Amino acid sequence: MILVWLLVITFVSGLLAWIVSSWNRTTGRVVCFIGLALDAILLLYVWMSRYSSLAAGTNEGWILEYKAIWIAPFGISFHLAMDGLSLLLASLTVLLGVSSVACSWKEIDRQIGSFHFTLMAVLTGILGVFTSVDLFLFYFFWELMLIPMFFLILIWGHENRTYAAVKFFIFTQAGGLFMLLSIVALYWIGVNTAGLNTFDYTQLMGIAMAGHFLIIVGFFIAFAVKLPVVGVHMWLPDAYTKAPTAGSVILAGLLSKTGAYGIIRFILPMSGNIPSLLTPLAMVLAVAGIFYGALTAFGQSDVKRFVAYTSVSHLGFVLLGIFAGTQMAMQGAVVIMMAHGLTTGALFIITGALQERLATRDMTKIGGLWSALPRMGSMALLFALASLGLPGLANFIGEFLVLAGTFQTHPWFTAVAAFGFVVSVVYSVWIIYQVFYGPVDKAQRITDLRFGEMLNLSALAVALIWIGIFPQTILNTAKTALENIEIMQSTKISQSLQARKNTDMKMFEKNKLNDSAEIVR
Amino acid sequence: MLQLLWLIPILPLAGFVTLATCGKILSRRAVSAFSVFPAAVSCVIALLIGASFIFSPPAGDAYSQSLGTWFEVSGFNVGFGLYLDSLSLVMATVVTFVGLLILIYSIQFMSEDEGYSRFFAYMNLFIASMLILLLADNFLLMYLGWEGVGLCSYLLIGFWYKEPENCRAAIKAFIVTRIGDTLMAVGLFMFFIKYQTLKIQPIMNEVSQLTTGSAFCTITALLLLGGAIGKSAQLPLQTWLPDAMAGPTPVSALIHAATMVTAGVYLIARTHVLFSMSPVVLKLVALIGAATLLLAAFSAFVQKDIKRILAYSTISQIGYMFLALGAGAWAAAIYHFVTHALFKSSLFLGAGVLIMALKDEHNIFKMGGLRKEFPKTFRAFIAASLTLAAIPPLTITFNSKDLILNTVWASSITHRGLWFAGVIGALLTAAYSFRLLYVVFFGKVKIKPYKKPAAIMIVPLSILAFLAAISGFPELISTFFGVKTFYNFLQTSLPQPVVNSSLPVHESIMQIFYASVSLLGIVVTYIIYCHAGKVIDVLMNTFITSYLYRFVRAGFGFDWLYKQLFVRPYITIARINKNDFLDSITTAGVHTFRYSNLLLTKTVTGNLRWYVACVGIGAVVLLGIVILL
Repeated sequence: MILVWLLVITFVSGLLAWIVSSWNRTTGRVVCFIGLALDAILLLYVWMSRYSSLAAGTNEGWILEYKAIWIAPFGISFHLAMDGLSLLLASLTVLLGVSSVACSWKEIDRQIGSFHFTLMAVLTGILGVFTSVDLFLFYFFWELMLIPMFFLILIWGHENRTYAAVKFFIFTQAGGLFMLLSIVALYWIGVNTAGLNTFDYTQLMGIAMAGHFLIIVGFFIAFAVKLPVVGVHMWLPDAYTKAPTAGSVILAGLLSKTGAYGIIRFILPMSGNIPSLLTPLAMVLAVAGIFYGALTAFGQSDVKRFVAYTSVSHLGFVLLGIFAGTQMAMQGAVVIMMAHGLTTGALFIITGALQERLATRDMTKIGGLWSALPRMGSMALLFALASLGLPGLANFIGEFLVLAGTFQTHPWFTAVAAFGFVVSVVYSVWIIYQVFYGPVDKAQRITDLRFGEMLNLSALAVALIWIGIFPQTILNTAKTALENIEIMQSTKISQSLQARKNTDMKMFEKNKLNDSAEIVR
Repeated sequence: MLQLLWLIPILPLAGFVTLATCGKILSRRAVSAFSVFPAAVSCVIALLIGASFIFSPPAGDAYSQSLGTWFEVSGFNVGFGLYLDSLSLVMATVVTFVGLLILIYSIQFMSEDEGYSRFFAYMNLFIASMLILLLADNFLLMYLGWEGVGLCSYLLIGFWYKEPENCRAAIKAFIVTRIGDTLMAVGLFMFFIKYQTLKIQPIMNEVSQLTTGSAFCTITALLLLGGAIGKSAQLPLQTWLPDAMAGPTPVSALIHAATMVTAGVYLIARTHVLFSMSPVVLKLVALIGAATLLLAAFSAFVQKDIKRILAYSTISQIGYMFLALGAGAWAAAIYHFVTHALFKSSLFLGAGVLIMALKDEHNIFKMGGLRKEFPKTFRAFIAASLTLAAIPPLTITFNSKDLILNTVWASSITHRGLWFAGVIGALLTAAYSFRLLYVVFFGKVKIKPYKKPAAIMIVPLSILAFLAAISGFPELISTFFGVKTFYNFLQTSLPQPVVNSSLPVHESIMQIFYASVSLLGIVVTYIIYCHAGKVIDVLMNTFITSYLYRFVRAGFGFDWLYKQLFVRPYITIARINKNDFLDSITTAGVHTFRYSNLLLTKTVTGNLRWYVACVGIGAVVLLGIVILL
């Protein structure tokens, strides 16, 4: 029931915020805070009560589950469930949710009520995506997070926002369409081959998939667009840049994670040994993304666009880790997902604060801001260092685990990808140099980060350092979930081997028959 | 006593955390206290631990301490563990001691700077990271320290961030060393795959079981070497160090002379088992060392900026350490590290005194005759330069450089040609160090200092110079009395070099030979710079020599080459691709839709005849298709 409460609280607090925002400017924001705080308490409770069993690996399957019949004729149910992986991502969602409400405090000054409703609706969608284990329900939440996001960009975005919003919508919607087709196809295969009539995750994942490569491709396209994988990333710079700060935080910090989550949750268990077809492609795209993102980021002059492209680079590491095929790399990918959410979220909050003060995001027009904004400068430095993978901060743990894990299976890819460390230094120090170092123009009268902003960023920074030094909590939480996925994957492999063997046998017998027929003739 | 080991890196780290979080609200006095006090305590602890280590050595001549687990994934465990043997003990003691003196010096040097607390915060972070690097018992923790010192180097080179030039130097240092770091990281992955651990000692034990010259040893040794040459500014990654002089002088003294740049030497000495298993790589190490020491010594000889002279000298001296490592003279390399840390930081601090007193003047040719104005600095400079040039009678003894050259001669690994390079290097070393001395302290007085240096600055540099001058003393004892001293102490963790031939003459004659080479360098420089200034003018004005002069002064054109090969293309491609050429796919899609839309709207003319004609044509075409098919 906790899972239902999680969704209900988030959505209802958004509705309430809409209603009470007509009273004055702050009540709506406070209502959102309260809602998210309740969510946080629920998640904390789950974490505290389940952590020992997660860490010991004694917990098999879901740590929380809720199921109710929804559309009986098609076997669709309102089926929510949570394991370590979704617990981590749900926590990230709530944390960044708080951050994005906080960073909109000054920035959003019109239609405050509907803004907060839209924001909370997106968060509800994301939480739903991370917890639903009915494919139909999953698709429902997938769309639920997309549409409010579209309005968030369209209504509260920066210049040229219509273009960005429409581009975002078309890309993700097109990707989602492929997924819908795949889900329906999967359902029909279930009906025809196994007599299932269900959209249930566990049951559908169990279907032998040999020869249904296209279904996996359909899922992959949807998740690749969301992640984004280089090649379908073109919506990202525009959407990230033109969205309001809160929108950028959610897009980069959370929506990209739904893509990665989808690959881990659906593609890996479903595909068994089919990744052997998909893996080389994904690996190439991952490595290409690491370098292409870094190179393009380096060329940008718009600070937000810059952060957007660094995301492409970091998510390349995530993709690499997911497809490496080792527990270690997958654990690393999960750590990067958390770390990237925190880092990029914080960087977007900083750029938002910068834009609020200077009314520009063009880094060629600013510089030498350290003396005027030492607090912002040191925060930006910290997060830039995190994004270049400095040991002691969360991103390093993730990148190290991904690379060490991938090295076991794909040494050459890893050796190349490791040079992502170099290009990430190039862009990270470059942005600090462009914005905060260099000659001071004149005595600028700008206020440094306010108390609330400092508090917001410090929370993210503390989380980042904490994961960097004590990553074991994260690793333990995700462990069982990832092991289960590996088990599903390997069962699938043995299944499909079995299937192939069966077909081989059939072929053999057929040949034998033919032979004997010929002999008879 | 040894249980206090963990305090050595933790105390400066605590200092950093304090300064980073509340540096803004602390007074300058409090800032310096929070910075110097932890460093002082950890220095005292290091000395005490050193004493207890020497007088009651732990079992196996090594002590390890575990401070908990960092992370553990599918059986792979990385811990916060420390490992102390004579190698890490010596280096950690030097770091805490020199670090403490330089921090004290900085109190005065930085006193008028607006970023006072920022400076001390970074310095403490540096000392902490360096100590973690040295004391780590596994490669990943070492890598944490390794990246930490690189970060502090970047932050401190660019400390005066308002000058774009400083920032560029900082960026360059960070990127170039990071290239080496990445190679090293790949090496770590290889260790991990093979042994499922990153603990240094177990890996070294395993490695010693492999066959000599096996591919695994060679490749991992090469990758670690990549990390080492990046950090230690050896060919071909040496270009960042001269530019790094943009940082405040205490930074140059601590990070870019005494400690961080020798991290590469430490890495190779720490993994000497691996390197011994791969003679090819050892030869390469020696070759890199010899080439670097020569090139850098030439460059040092033609610089004008006092700090750049010292920077090239540092590169050159680390070249000697690499030469020693390549010859398998591990202990000699570390010995040279110790003397180098002392005399080079003393020289830098002395240079800092001059630069501060002369209003930021770096050009040695605008100084001159300063020995009367700065008698104490002058004396320290003399002592340090004599140690640098390795003149035995005045520095009481035998220099670490002689030890290196003797081993290179006798070693079974290195070629004799490298010995020759080392001797030429010694000549050049004497020449450039005394050129600096003559030009700055002798001759006509060209500039008046605008204030006298404070005692708080003079004392640390005098202590360092004094220690440098007597640094050969322990060896004197061992030569005459055969007592177990410093060198032997180091050899509890580092093996003796493999020697296959003895020296041609007695050791003392070799020493006299080296000393006379150095003296020759001093005398020639003296004649050129004190009596034959015209010769230089004439030489400078001929076309070829002036061109050569500029080429050598610019560090043999490496900067130019890298700019053309890597920097320019990267920037150009990034600039061209600013609008993300993949986005043109989207744009193309948009255009296709828009133009087909335009095309179709053109058909909507509102003209009845046109519609009728279209219907007619369409009907005919359709009918035609139906009939024909």
